[in-house]
Amino acid sequence: MSSNDIVESPRSTTNTLHRPRHARMKFIVGGALILGAVVYLIATTTLSTAQYYLTVEELRGRGSTVVGKNVRVSGAVMGESIQYDAQALELTFTVAQVSDSPESLQAAGGLAQALAQAVRNPQAARLNVHYLGPKPDLMRPEAQAIMDGQLREDGTFHADTLLLKCPTRYESGPRS
Amino acid sequence: MLYDLGYFALLISFLLAIYAAGVAVFGAQSQRMPFVESARNAALLVFPLLTLAVLIVVYGLVTLDFNQAYVADVSSRAMSPFLRVTALWGGQQGSVLFWGWMMSGFAATVMIRKWQRDRELMPYVIFVIMGTLAFFVGLSLFITNPFARLWHDPATGEIIAAVFQPVGTMPFISQDGQGLNPLLRHFGMIGHPPTTYIGFTGFVIPYAFAIAALITGKAGEDEWIRTTRRWTLVAWLFLSIGLVLGGRWAYDVLGWGGYWGWDPVENAMLMPWLTGTAFLHSMMIQEKRGMLKVWNIVLIILTYSLSLFGTFITRTGVIGSVHAFSKSAMGPSFLIFVSVTFLGSLLLMFKRLGTLKAEHELDSFLSRESLFLLQNLLFLGITFAVFWGTTFPMISELVTGTKITVGPPFFKKVTGPLFAALVLLMGIAPLFAWRKQAVAKLGRALLIPFIGSVVVMVGATLVHWPQHPYPFALFGLWLVSFVALTTLLEFWRGALARMHSQGENFLAALGHLLSRNRRRYGGYIIHLGVVMMALGVVGDEFFKAETQGTVGVGQSLAVENYTLTFENLRVYPGSDGREIVEATAKLYRDGEYILTLQPRRDFFITQQQPVTVPAVYSTPGEDVYVLLVGWNEISLDSSTFKIYVNPLINWVWAGGLTFIMGTLIAAWTSLEDKRTASYVLRPEAPRPSPAPVGG
Repeated sequence: MSSNDIVESPRSTTNTLHRPRHARMKFIVGGALILGAVVYLIATTTLSTAQYYLTVEELRGRGSTVVGKNVRVSGAVMGESIQYDAQALELTFTVAQVSDSPESLQAAGGLAQALAQAVRNPQAARLNVHYLGPKPDLMRPEAQAIMDGQLREDGTFHADTLLLKCPTRYESGPRS
Repeated sequence: MLYDLGYFALLISFLLAIYAAGVAVFGAQSQRMPFVESARNAALLVFPLLTLAVLIVVYGLVTLDFNQAYVADVSSRAMSPFLRVTALWGGQQGSVLFWGWMMSGFAATVMIRKWQRDRELMPYVIFVIMGTLAFFVGLSLFITNPFARLWHDPATGEIIAAVFQPVGTMPFISQDGQGLNPLLRHFGMIGHPPTTYIGFTGFVIPYAFAIAALITGKAGEDEWIRTTRRWTLVAWLFLSIGLVLGGRWAYDVLGWGGYWGWDPVENAMLMPWLTGTAFLHSMMIQEKRGMLKVWNIVLIILTYSLSLFGTFITRTGVIGSVHAFSKSAMGPSFLIFVSVTFLGSLLLMFKRLGTLKAEHELDSFLSRESLFLLQNLLFLGITFAVFWGTTFPMISELVTGTKITVGPPFFKKVTGPLFAALVLLMGIAPLFAWRKQAVAKLGRALLIPFIGSVVVMVGATLVHWPQHPYPFALFGLWLVSFVALTTLLEFWRGALARMHSQGENFLAALGHLLSRNRRRYGGYIIHLGVVMMALGVVGDEFFKAETQGTVGVGQSLAVENYTLTFENLRVYPGSDGREIVEATAKLYRDGEYILTLQPRRDFFITQQQPVTVPAVYSTPGEDVYVLLVGWNEISLDSSTFKIYVNPLINWVWAGGLTFIMGTLIAAWTSLEDKRTASYVLRPEAPRPSPAPVGG
């Protein structure tokens, strides 16, 4: 888009010399304003809606700095801890630390194995979770729970949403 | 053996694709047509070979050959033969093969149909498509082979999946297969993957022609656009169908009362659709005004790269998703391929910028061109926002070491206003003239829809404000009715003009209007579909109500003006290996009995997986969506229900169907298309014009 082109173009010589450049500036400014508005919208919304996605250990490590803030936490569901009150629709359970980095998952031999190890490991960091709502289908021992919610002062996590993954159901499991 | 045949079909396709890509370019560069012809023949042969491979996989799935690893993974005795066929795209290996097969089919079609017409472009079209195909068939061959067999290693007791017999192992035949994931046994999920793949792979045709046009220096003419216009439309159509089916599947099967969750996998599919929509619009400007040439190339490169990126996200599980996809070893090679495609195409475009000079300048803000440009900017803005939100966890982890996510609220807040602006543009842009629009005339055309929509909004406010004080919802309602009225008025004016000039009655005039201007009025029907969907989204976003609770026999749950009374619960075995728990409950509105609902929970024994089947009372105004989420397992005398009231949700589906119908009309071949060249305004451009680049 060099300005030489404009001067040489037969069309612009028939018009006033500055008109096309002026007209194009108008569009560049207009476009820039719109793009600026979109970028502003994305930036401010990111700031207002972003939340940490932490493992149990990372959440514990941050201690009181995250109390009351919206965070997402993932962990392995400890089977014996699941308690459900159908009348009150109150679900409580404990999750154990499980790393979500691809390297450690690979070292464990896949997500399913990593979850199984986490539940059996007495040293793994743990987190008590409280959730109001019907017990999800996939709420099972050694499922991976992904929860959005807040950590309370008493150290329990109050989940607003609860997603579960049972990797053995999705990845090709043992064939016997 | 049969599976060896399949394997060799894959191997030969792979070699042929590489041969065709290389020889086509060599033939074109050295001007030796026999080489190009040879490349074409090789490329044509890939399709029957891959068809053979697909048929062999399907044969294994239907006849339940459980020595095959893929069959043992996705097929099972309890599945019907039809479901066994659909298992072709129920897993990784089958999906990748299916992808390649579709693409080879499109390649063959375009090479047969357009060979004479686009001779100069064809060698490079072959190069691009066959290069891509070699990559996908290579994935099938070396990383995710559908013909891998199961072997038992007596030394370790392990079962290994491999194409060739590992040393010291014996063939292993599984008793039964895992079967298709029960969640996928739904018409939406049976139709969703193939339509999506057709959409994704279909974009390779316009992309390949664009690249060929760039290489040959012909991208400034619109041969590539005219040749591939219908291909683009069809690819886009299938992507739209895939989106609608996916949404419907989520609504029917996932049991959360919604249809779109801004999950990475959904976003991956939405992005190429968004840029594809922008491309479909801006290519009209190149056809009619010879402008936005660079822009169009950018858009098709983006659309195609995002299609590949979408396949990458869905098939490699790189971004955590609630959807059932496995992680796989394809990740790194796939990412490299997507990056090379995207960056290589952009590099090529920058080298050829000189061939992409615009023939006109933008004249005025108040012209159809500038509104199209604005629309393009908005679509790209939404695409960028979706891309940003989808990849944010990965990027933040790379930059800060901590994963930070943004959820549905982010996507809703950012895309909401942008989509609203798009809907508004959709209503007014068709009324704008090319080059320059007179303001007074525009005002007259918009007056009636404006008054009408304000009346609708005020009426809705008077009725609903006390219970539902949502200013955004009212604005949405105004917007929807304004755009619906402007669009309908276009039909009315067109038909009226025909009635006067041709003396036809209204219906005949409307029919002729449609059949004589398929592109234009098909487009308007698509717009009406979008408006209907927008109405559904407004209803779902602002007026949704829900409740949940556990009730005993004879007890009730209430939400809005509905009451659900629990009658009884029964447990019985169903077909294809499921055990069904079914509640019977009566639904009342304002105390008056409407119907009996039977929400279910099906438990698939082999997969150990429950599937919640909602019972829905569906009307144009709203859906009452009832889920059975728990029960007393011993006495069966109490059940836990979750009830959603989803206002206007059927407008989403009706809008989707209207949308698809409009696209079909716009894409249909008509004699008119061939007789009247579409670029009426072009001759006034002095050719060859040294006018400056405008896009």
